[in-house]
Amino acid sequence: MAAIRGFGAYLPSRVVSNAELGALLDCEAGWILDVSGIEERRYADDEESVASMGVFAAEQCLQNAGLQASDLGMILVSSGSSERRFPGPASAIAHTLKVDGIPALDLPLASAGSLFGIALAATLSPVHGNILVIASEKMSPIVSRQPLERGVAPLFGDGAGACLIGPEDNAVKIADAVLHSDGAFAADLRLEFDASVEMNGRSVILQASRKIPSAIAELLERNGKSAAEVKVFLMHQANQNLMDRVARALHVDAARFYSNIRRYGNTSSASMLIAAAEWWSNPGPRAGDLICFATFGAGFHWGALLALV
Amino acid sequence: MDNRERILAIVRKVSKNTALPDTDESLFDSGLLDSFALPDLVSELEREFGLKIPDSDLNPRKFESLTRIQNYIESRM
Repeated sequence: MAAIRGFGAYLPSRVVSNAELGALLDCEAGWILDVSGIEERRYADDEESVASMGVFAAEQCLQNAGLQASDLGMILVSSGSSERRFPGPASAIAHTLKVDGIPALDLPLASAGSLFGIALAATLSPVHGNILVIASEKMSPIVSRQPLERGVAPLFGDGAGACLIGPEDNAVKIADAVLHSDGAFAADLRLEFDASVEMNGRSVILQASRKIPSAIAELLERNGKSAAEVKVFLMHQANQNLMDRVARALHVDAARFYSNIRRYGNTSSASMLIAAAEWWSNPGPRAGDLICFATFGAGFHWGALLALV
Repeated sequence: MDNRERILAIVRKVSKNTALPDTDESLFDSGLLDSFALPDLVSELEREFGLKIPDSDLNPRKFESLTRIQNYIESRM
């Protein structure tokens, strides 16, 4: 397959605390922390868009990978919070990066889009060369719509992440991926036009608690590996309680699931790439490391991806 | 123990609460179970009754009350 050549991330500067949201939602800051593991999140300002945040993450990713935008052969952009029905942010990001002409595809897969994007890029890289996978989400205007929903509004934040996938070299090889979709529960997590996020939390958690460990186990078994051999799990940052549950299901220490949800909340499809960018920066991959990515999102779409240093 | 008693024992184990809910009372609205206890409840039901509950059956409403759980489990036995 292909290789991971670097990550990048962008977080807006405005920090929104549980105390600030708790006052709006008539709930205790501690309750938000207990049910989600989130202490604060970032909100973009009015001037920042899905595309502009995506560009910042893309530029940092290119810098970390030691490449120029002109080295790209394709861009894939995941977002479930794009400001308009069409066109999506991909072409705008490509234009800002001054790479008009290369294919720039949108993946409107909330939460799961970044992992699906990396898996697609790994398959397409032999044809298109270096592919930049970007996930950017501006959830704050969506979850701030009235009436505020206590079970939804505190969970989400804004941000963007990026990952550069290139032809296989001696870096971090993408070994395999499993991707799944099932529309039977599509209504349980959805965003209608001009509405807030509608979520059947019991259904989402029940399905995610099963499907994420199952996908990881399927992937590891297919590759003759065990969860104990994985150096780090880089997972969609949906909820700390969910990540802890997945770790227990796989019989591994929860500390091996990198987590930044306390600081950023759930940034939907951007979250996995933001987490990966932070982990890649410190401590970062070392020779022999096995790295497992995993995600679950509206659709439902879910999957896991294995990389070997 | 009959099936109802076995289910009640599981609810009490998962919820860490010895309350006796009404048979048709919502286990969630009563505060006995929350979203994160539901996966544990399903796993315990599978273990106790020797079932593999498919993901397509994982509708929380099937596990809303003692009666609903019993109806579902007995439909699978």
